[in-house]
Amino acid sequence: MSLLVGTRKGLFSLERRVGGWEIDTVDFLGEPVSAAVVGHDGAAYAALGTGHFGSHLWRRDPGGTWLEVGAPAFPIRPDDATDVSPMTQEPWPWTVQLMWTLENGPVERPDELWCGTIPGGLFRSADRGASWDLVRTLWDMPERAEWFGGGYDWPGIHSISIDPRSPDTVLIGVSCGGAWITDDAGATWAPTHGMRNEYMPPGEEYTTVVQDPHRLARCAAEPDVVWNQHHNGCFRSVDGGRNWTEITERPPSVFGFAAVAHPTNPNVAWFVPAVKDEMRIPVDGRLVVSRTTDGGATFEAFGNGLPTEAAYDLVYRHSLDVDATGEVLAMGTTTGSLWISETAGQSWTTVSNHLPPIHFTRFIG
Amino acid sequence: MPKVSFTSNLRRHVDCPAASVEGGTVAECLGAYFSIHPQVRTYVLDEQGKIRRHVAVFVGGEQVRDLAEQSDLVHDTTEITVMQALSGG
Repeated sequence: MSLLVGTRKGLFSLERRVGGWEIDTVDFLGEPVSAAVVGHDGAAYAALGTGHFGSHLWRRDPGGTWLEVGAPAFPIRPDDATDVSPMTQEPWPWTVQLMWTLENGPVERPDELWCGTIPGGLFRSADRGASWDLVRTLWDMPERAEWFGGGYDWPGIHSISIDPRSPDTVLIGVSCGGAWITDDAGATWAPTHGMRNEYMPPGEEYTTVVQDPHRLARCAAEPDVVWNQHHNGCFRSVDGGRNWTEITERPPSVFGFAAVAHPTNPNVAWFVPAVKDEMRIPVDGRLVVSRTTDGGATFEAFGNGLPTEAAYDLVYRHSLDVDATGEVLAMGTTTGSLWISETAGQSWTTVSNHLPPIHFTRFIG
Repeated sequence: MPKVSFTSNLRRHVDCPAASVEGGTVAECLGAYFSIHPQVRTYVLDEQGKIRRHVAVFVGGEQVRDLAEQSDLVHDTTEITVMQALSGG
């Protein structure tokens, strides 16, 4: 088993050796790596946001070297396009600013890849990244006009989850644009219900198209169960993300970005609480990982091995991951710290406190 | 013929040797260059054909003004230089 860690200044690959987890190789040193995935055929894909020169996708086939492949790109913006930000009234940019998430297609379609971008485009490749198509049905929805940016200027798609029982059923999460589901391979999309935005005006708290799910995480073995770390709370679905139930008690707080579902146990999930939206740091300067083992009825906060005071680490939405056993977790922070737990989150070991800001962690194999 | 060259920072990402190309405007010269080296196009222009936000194109020492259409005129001896704007840390 190995671990990919994407950072602002390179892609780090770690291996588990006798003495613990060690950095094995560094690719794209100096370059921001925003997302990565390893395909069903073992090919690795890395999304680079080169800062000055746009977003580019690279692929490394098993035993090969990195080669640039195609990258998601928007079509030419029509002269009569009217899409503008509801907040600034600026026209939507039809240019990829960030490849925010990369996901594999279903096992049945091993050449398929999905990418969610900022601004909020959903792209699909059927040829291992050589070419990409914008999912126009989602992009052309009138409701997109109501989406707005959260931490970024423009809304983006950060979560793409294919139902392993039904490859044509895809759930996506948009900050800030709610969660959407298709059951017909993207021909039509439906909003999902039950999320609550406490920052919206009275009467608008449950409006579906402006919700801010920070991260959606599906239980692979029981795909009806999906966890949702939302901007102002934590939610769980037992019907594949179509309806959400709020979890109001999660000490030390319900705010956060990351959510990880146990691969086989639908009652187990992990989160990394922070104070709240206007104070994005650990509660009382003490970094903890919050785990439930009873479907969200109760949570335990684990800090063994993590800093207990004066910690200002923030774990972004893609920076907490769990392996296929549900026992090993990796957590990376905006301040360049990387921890591994081999006890299902109950205790943690420092791998490094000196990495660049971490964009994601992802187990392979 | 006008000559197109690139910052060494871009050469880290993609093979982009300097080349002399035909053209009467920056757009025509860049288009001619990209027809020879298509892999460079998306590093310089976005999907809408506009010079990327953090890329600067100079024509004989003057920064290109028409970022969207690159209609700035060039001459046979013009040197077009693609630079990066400074940003980040």
